[in-house]
Amino acid sequence: MSRISHRFKQLEERGRVALIPFVTAGDPGPDVTVPLMHAMVEAGADIIELGVPFSDPMADGPVIQRASERALEHGISLRDVLGMVRHFREQDNETPVVLMGYLNPIEVMGYDAFALAASEAGVDGVLTVDLPPEEADELLAVLRPREIDPIFLLAPTSSEARFQRICDAASGFVYYVSVKGITGSSNLLVSEVAAKTAQIRKHTSLPVGVGFGIKDAQTAQAVAQVADAVIVGSVLVNQIEELCDSPQEIAPAIARTLSSMRHAIDLI
Amino acid sequence: MPSDKTIDFTGMPDVRGHFGPYGGLFVSETLMQPLEELREAYEHFMQDADFLAELDADLAHYVGRPSPVYHAERLSRENGGARIYLKREDLNHTGAHKVNNTIGQALLARRMGKRRIIAETGAGQHGVATATVAARLGLECVVYMGEVDIARQEANVYRMKLLGARVESVKSGSRTLKDALNEAMRDWVTNIDNTFYIIGTVAGPHPYPAMVRDFQAVIGREARQQMLQQAGALPDALVACVGGGSNAIGLFHPFLNDASVAIYGVEAAGAGLDTGRHAAPLCAGTPGVLHGNRTYLMEDPNGQIIETHSISAGLDYPGVGPEHAWLKDTGRARYVAATDDEALDAFHTLTRVEGIIPALESSHAIAYALKLAREMDPKQSVLVNLSGRGDKDMHTVAALDGINI
Repeated sequence: MSRISHRFKQLEERGRVALIPFVTAGDPGPDVTVPLMHAMVEAGADIIELGVPFSDPMADGPVIQRASERALEHGISLRDVLGMVRHFREQDNETPVVLMGYLNPIEVMGYDAFALAASEAGVDGVLTVDLPPEEADELLAVLRPREIDPIFLLAPTSSEARFQRICDAASGFVYYVSVKGITGSSNLLVSEVAAKTAQIRKHTSLPVGVGFGIKDAQTAQAVAQVADAVIVGSVLVNQIEELCDSPQEIAPAIARTLSSMRHAIDLI
Repeated sequence: MPSDKTIDFTGMPDVRGHFGPYGGLFVSETLMQPLEELREAYEHFMQDADFLAELDADLAHYVGRPSPVYHAERLSRENGGARIYLKREDLNHTGAHKVNNTIGQALLARRMGKRRIIAETGAGQHGVATATVAARLGLECVVYMGEVDIARQEANVYRMKLLGARVESVKSGSRTLKDALNEAMRDWVTNIDNTFYIIGTVAGPHPYPAMVRDFQAVIGREARQQMLQQAGALPDALVACVGGGSNAIGLFHPFLNDASVAIYGVEAAGAGLDTGRHAAPLCAGTPGVLHGNRTYLMEDPNGQIIETHSISAGLDYPGVGPEHAWLKDTGRARYVAATDDEALDAFHTLTRVEGIIPALESSHAIAYALKLAREMDPKQSVLVNLSGRGDKDMHTVAALDGINI
């Protein structure tokens, strides 16, 4: 069983909804990320989503694009991100790590080389935003034998037929994008999300995560009532941006935000 | 790879939008269903007699097609070698080939019930062509343009505003065409219900590369007939500039199965291919995935897209249409490059010798065509796509002469 599936099984037994924070690796500098990952686990993160910086993050809003730009100023590459995961694994062999990013850095490294390096570093899942299942056969063929879960997005615009197709290709969990828009959007409607997650569950027994548009503990709590995992990104990355000039304050600040979300989620 | 006569070069892409290993559909899930709807609508209306009649009428009476093929006799004589013919896309309404495509897509948008149009633009030609058709059809129009391009194409920015479009300045990344495309995609994903995204080149996710090509192929269809009538034979060579590659594919496509016709795409070599300051992914790039398709890109060894350089904003793009990538690999077309300086020389030459002021983009094609023609026999002919007129570039060229206009 993959580390992600194992984690969701543990959570289910404890009746707990997963909290999945997203941060961009190497933002605002290379030394911040690994200690931040440990601090997030300490504050109640169940799985960590690590953004791989990309020069042209088409599906992201300005907040996450600027995070990519900050990381790229330090020349952070996919190999550097894998190095951070390896470093994280030296102290934490339990918490699943999902890489989230765009296809091109993986494409240029080569699918085989990437799958091998990711597996050796201790990566558990890969979410490539611009790789729909239609184009994913070759990548899936090298990820699966290494027990790396391909995580796919489902969207408000997806048809029932697409829900099925995506759920068939996915493992670990599926990620429902709660709004039509880019990361950091703000018009999430909980009733719509509830209807969609119910619809998705007809197609899969995989856990359903919900992300995009979760701004605070209140929204996190509302979403937790209809999802197996709550994914938060832009709100954290925004905090990191504000603390760019005092990086030592980043981990404690992010931990406080996650703790309040954790607390709110656990109340349900 | 040598050219293979058994390939039907006009049979691409396959049903999933692939040109060999290139093209495809690499977008986030939110766009998959809308792209499927677009593909269905496009395939439906391209078989619809009523739609095609509407398109043809607009191309004739609004754009002014057919555009002439002009035998540049004086230029040919002074240059030496093959006869040079120009396909005059610069004479279209709005001054470039871009309008062939925007007319087609805007009519499609209207048939699909979309009332809001968005577009990206580099030199501003596609933005102007989009704002123009939006004005005519009474559609809301937003054009995304990099801050750097806005500064070097002020006249086109003003033109778009006059036409009623809102021009959004894009301040992310390199603040040029690629970033404008990112921003337009973001708008589209957010406003998917009422918005039609008019992509200006033969790149992007399926069906855009095929759809834009089919709207631009009117250039090559006309030119093929015109050459047969005026010169009595097909040209021996075609030359067109390649940024994203829409004017080039529009000219090339109807000639792809004419084995006697050599095909040359001219990329922007900027300060020189060996300087790294250029925009020539086919000549000096490597394959990758960007903006919804797999193609040749300007990228670093880590897969990050790198900044491009060209004197012409319309060629300043790190990718290229996937069909060009495939034509390169199959050997059917050859891709070469012209530097900023070579393009400027050609700009002045054509202006002085023929009284035709070409766009800086098209000047790249002229530059290579002059070189090519000199190596050919006077009995042979070269057909160059003069994709746009140079009025928009007056201030760029004047500035190099130390004149501020």
